[in-house]
Amino acid sequence: MATYPAELRYTREHEWAKVEGKRARVGITHYAQDQLGDVVFVELPKVGAKVTQLQTFGVVESVKAVSDLFAPLSGVVTEVNQELTQQPERVNRDPYGTGWLIVIELSNPAEADKLMSAQQYEEFLKTAGGH
Amino acid sequence: MTQPDTALKRTPLHAAHVRLGARMIPFGGWDMPVQYAGIVEEHRAVRNAVGCFDVSHMGEFEFRGPDAQRALQRLTTNDVSTLGVGQVQYSLLCYEDGGIVDDLTLYRLADDHYMMTVNASNIDKDWAWVRRHLDGRVDARNVSEETGLIAVQGPHAERLVGRLSDVDVAGIEYYHFRQGRVAGVAGIISRTGYTGEDGFELYLPAAGTETVWERLLAEGKRDGAVPIGLGARDTLRLEMKYALYGNDIDETTNPLEAGLGWVVKPAKGDFVGRAATEALRAAGLRRRLVGFEMVERAVARHGYPILDGGASVGVVTSGSYGPSVDKYIGIGYVPTALAAVGSAIAVEVRGRGQAARVVKTPFHPPRVKR
Repeated sequence: MATYPAELRYTREHEWAKVEGKRARVGITHYAQDQLGDVVFVELPKVGAKVTQLQTFGVVESVKAVSDLFAPLSGVVTEVNQELTQQPERVNRDPYGTGWLIVIELSNPAEADKLMSAQQYEEFLKTAGGH
Repeated sequence: MTQPDTALKRTPLHAAHVRLGARMIPFGGWDMPVQYAGIVEEHRAVRNAVGCFDVSHMGEFEFRGPDAQRALQRLTTNDVSTLGVGQVQYSLLCYEDGGIVDDLTLYRLADDHYMMTVNASNIDKDWAWVRRHLDGRVDARNVSEETGLIAVQGPHAERLVGRLSDVDVAGIEYYHFRQGRVAGVAGIISRTGYTGEDGFELYLPAAGTETVWERLLAEGKRDGAVPIGLGARDTLRLEMKYALYGNDIDETTNPLEAGLGWVVKPAKGDFVGRAATEALRAAGLRRRLVGFEMVERAVARHGYPILDGGASVGVVTSGSYGPSVDKYIGIGYVPTALAAVGSAIAVEVRGRGQAARVVKTPFHPPRVKR
């Protein structure tokens, strides 16, 4: 799998969104999981919770660090990855697959235009994000 | 990725860490490796095989002279008269009010010759404190910069260090040491550590430290030896409830409430902090440093409030995920009434009380050589 899959959209806070019609699956990027190190705890909203683009919706904790999660898009949470309660390390092992976080029913799909493409995200990492 | 910070001090192994691809972070004024392969993987390598830690940032002071023992009796809380040549003693430096200056290990190298190992971030403070309280015929030297220190920890440590040494390391008992060579470099081979596993700490001349490091990792491949960063050092010591200065103990905490009363020996005679610790002992302890595990799923972190019935009654001093116990665990100060094993407490995590329980420590059974 590509480090930054072309079919995803990215935030400057290192989340990805896979938009499929009115829904988007959300996770954190390879860069984010690598910077965090071993993820040991993930706190996610409940199904039915409202999330707003670029507002926090949860927390991911590694051994050393606590990081907020930012919603790439606005809407209502329709699915939460319950497997991460017992196996948070999936976020490290498979950040674009079994390490997904939530699925959002989008309230404004046009918001996706504000997100970065894979190429833009990689450029961003080389400059601002790559500190 | 990370820009080198030239203000940070570097150990003799700095270049080796960079070559190994370590993630470097500032720690107590030093540019140190926090992880190589990953904290949890490194943690497990130490519990299951063997790991090599660069702890050269720690400080070493030498004391030599006919009054060395008397001076160290005054400076430290433990009883130096019980320390034989070839032995190591855990001890403390205390302020007059009983607050902790630092925790340390003391080595008796010869009758009138001792070495004290102190925390890296406290070297300057400790050295000033030691100088201020020294008297008599004793020559003290701060040899921190010329001394490298490698910890080799884990069940395979003995066979690895044994193959590289001219000393019968199997014969060194826990909290004892011998002077000898490892990979041809002369130093001190000490059966001590900060992980709860069997292992050694190797004090070496700075110039020879990298030779030993490279040989340990190369020769240790068949033992499963890997380099270990400060991240795993912290989770390993947390599972043992070993205190970390600056987190669990500091100038505002006293040895008794921190559970370190066993290294405070008022019967030996006067020492700095004796009157205060004796008064504290007589008055009874207001709070105690305990280990706890989370009952609800949440990670307790340094500084989070400890709650009882919704009110803040204490503070978490260290907390994380414990890879070997597979639980979220922590250490913190609680009122004496809540210190018993089994006591129900809560930890405030992001504004919400999360249930926790005081448990027996160490969290994970130690396997040091006995």
